Amino acid sequence: MERRSRVCRMVNAFRSRRAMRRATVGVMAAGLLAVAACSGGQSVGGASATSGSNSPYGFTTAKQNSSAALTVWVDSTRLPFAQAYQKAHPNVKLNIVTYDGDANGSNTFKTKMSLYDRAGSGWPDVTFTADDNAASWGSLQGTGALAPLNKGLAPPSFLNGFATGSLGVCTVNGVTYCVRSDLAQVVLWYNKTLMQKFGYTVPTTWEQYEQLADKVAVQHPGYIVGTAGDAWTPEIYMWASQCPANDITGAKSLTVNTSNPNCLKMAKLLDNTIANKTMSTLSLFGPDFSKAEANGEGGKVLMLPGPAWYGGSVLQGTLKAPKGEFAVAAPLHWAGQPEVTGDVGGGAWWISSHSANLKAAENFIQWVTSTDSYDGTLNPGYPAYVPAAEKWAQATQATGYYAGNIVAPIEQAASDVWTGWGSGAFSQEAVWAKVVLSGMAQGKTIESLLPAWQTEIQNEAQVLGYTVTTQ
Amino acid sequence: MTPARTPARPELPGGRAAAVSRPRRASRWLRPGHLFVLPYVVLLAFFGIIPVAYSVYLALTNASGGFAGFGNFTRTARDYRFAPAVEHVATYLVIWLLALAVFVVLLALVVHRLTSNRARVFIRFAYYIPGALAGAASVLLWLFVLDPTVSPVSALLRWTGNDQFTQVINTGHLPVLFAVIAFWTGAGGWILVLYGALNTIPADMLEAARVDGAGPVRTALRIQLPMIRKWVVYMLILSFAAGTQLFVEPTLISQASFGIVPNYYSVNQLAYQFAFTQNDLNGSAAISIDLLVVALLCAGLFVARGRLFETD
Repeated sequence: MERRSRVCRMVNAFRSRRAMRRATVGVMAAGLLAVAACSGGQSVGGASATSGSNSPYGFTTAKQNSSAALTVWVDSTRLPFAQAYQKAHPNVKLNIVTYDGDANGSNTFKTKMSLYDRAGSGWPDVTFTADDNAASWGSLQGTGALAPLNKGLAPPSFLNGFATGSLGVCTVNGVTYCVRSDLAQVVLWYNKTLMQKFGYTVPTTWEQYEQLADKVAVQHPGYIVGTAGDAWTPEIYMWASQCPANDITGAKSLTVNTSNPNCLKMAKLLDNTIANKTMSTLSLFGPDFSKAEANGEGGKVLMLPGPAWYGGSVLQGTLKAPKGEFAVAAPLHWAGQPEVTGDVGGGAWWISSHSANLKAAENFIQWVTSTDSYDGTLNPGYPAYVPAAEKWAQATQATGYYAGNIVAPIEQAASDVWTGWGSGAFSQEAVWAKVVLSGMAQGKTIESLLPAWQTEIQNEAQVLGYTVTTQ
Repeated sequence: MTPARTPARPELPGGRAAAVSRPRRASRWLRPGHLFVLPYVVLLAFFGIIPVAYSVYLALTNASGGFAGFGNFTRTARDYRFAPAVEHVATYLVIWLLALAVFVVLLALVVHRLTSNRARVFIRFAYYIPGALAGAASVLLWLFVLDPTVSPVSALLRWTGNDQFTQVINTGHLPVLFAVIAFWTGAGGWILVLYGALNTIPADMLEAARVDGAGPVRTALRIQLPMIRKWVVYMLILSFAAGTQLFVEPTLISQASFGIVPNYYSVNQLAYQFAFTQNDLNGSAAISIDLLVVALLCAGLFVARGRLFETD
């Protein structure tokens, strides 16, 4: 009876409207608490994961199950990689998910991982990203849940097989969180047929390059010696010029000085070539470029400083350049200065520390990085894994698409990437796009935009907790 | 459903007396109407009220769950991206709401005056079509319209001095462009709503005005506009709330422009950046609450000034 009367009293109470309102608020508050209680699941991720020692991998692992399915996230370019793996390993249960691969700074990877971190489940086992910013981001407190690879998960013999320095962007405080899919060292692509026809010598320094551009502007107007319309323009020119715009000096410290003479020199070169119209300001992958500069009948690309992957995606893809025209020269450098170059992206593979089948995940990334072709399709970029790169170079040369030997200059460039440009938790490409490219669209010179570039880098870095020095 | 509760009533202490003396009183709090709104209330609670309450909780606490007071609000408001984002959204809202208030009313009046039934049906349908496209899809369509290389109106774009997509989407142009896109997608539906509202005005009242010598302009200003004022206010409230949450348009344009339009152009985008790039959900919640408060204040103002809930 006691119980019944309490229920009755409650029902009675409900008859008063005010009480009902109060009760509704109570129910909602209870719901709120339930929601709050559910959301407490912050993951152990990134650097903090290394403190766990209950496993041979150096971090706290989920319960392992050697027959658990692998969920693999790839962009459309790497989809054939995953499919080829599945074909070669029919016993592995693979769920392949295609996503944008963080293209154009979409941050899809980070966004989804943050949500999974809060939900406490849902992480993919293996992910490919086209950017290199995730390692720094994943080492931040409470983000990413990326698995350290060099603490026992991946064998040292495998990790040592990567090109010297190529895992630098994957490594924070000595912990390696990813392996590189391909290297993106900048070289000088040039149209050998046109250069011979015009009687030009291939430049080796930026000074010669600028002089040649001035000549082209007068003698062959309409032809271009490069492009500066993409977000990765600073990685081609400023990086190669040793401009200290992105010197990551520690896990949380950055040095920026865009008024350094090296930055100024390159800004002037770009402004000059843009002014004489030998430097295109169109995006290589926008509709305007393929229309205005497309090769073939009216091939207008004479030279194109850019990463190794331009050969596949720009020359063969966007420009559809005929066979035997383009060749590669060693990257450009300033006269009297060290021979260094830049690097544009080069995707990476990541493993989630929450994977229930870490062994299979590790096997997957070993296979996809150490294979030079997938079911007959050549890797679109220069593989970061040296044994695969050697086979790739021979196979690429054997296609006969390029004029002359492209292997030697590309291999040389791989070891020439300047180490003074790091990989922070934020995207330098996004910063350049929103400050410099948008300023250029309004007719401003790059030189005049250098201070604004500096400010935006500082702002972005400080938002993510970096200590910025400007020396 | 009311009868289902009746058996319980006699058991309530004192309930019988109440039921006898005021037989209709008990059913007042659970009438069929309440059941009709119940699903809405449940959804509102789960996808509106509880998330808002959770955001309030997040906004007032720090990452470790401790009370933070207004720390998150002041911190996010001092962020270098906050003031520009507010300015962008405010400019866009002014342009868009003015355009809505003027053109939607004007177009609804025009459609209402059309005498040919077939023309009316056609125009109503034509107005509605853009609204039937989902938000993101219509923005994608606009990306083509705004790119001089592929645009059907490239002559117009080039004539205004914009030869490249990057020039068209210059930050200074964006509030106008977003207003145009939003108007194109959203105005059609509102024209139909106001058209419906105009139809509720008794024909004899318009007839009387005509007999008294009122022309179309005078009829519109003195009779039609005052009588559909509530619908206009309603449109502005909903559009204001939707407009402050500007997100899809700048996000897609940011991606299509390879990042030239920053991914923190609008306030809502900034909240997204806080949550997912900086992993700062507390800051993100604070910005969301800012938006909610502004939307509620403005809605309150519109309701009060527009006498939305007054019954005649």
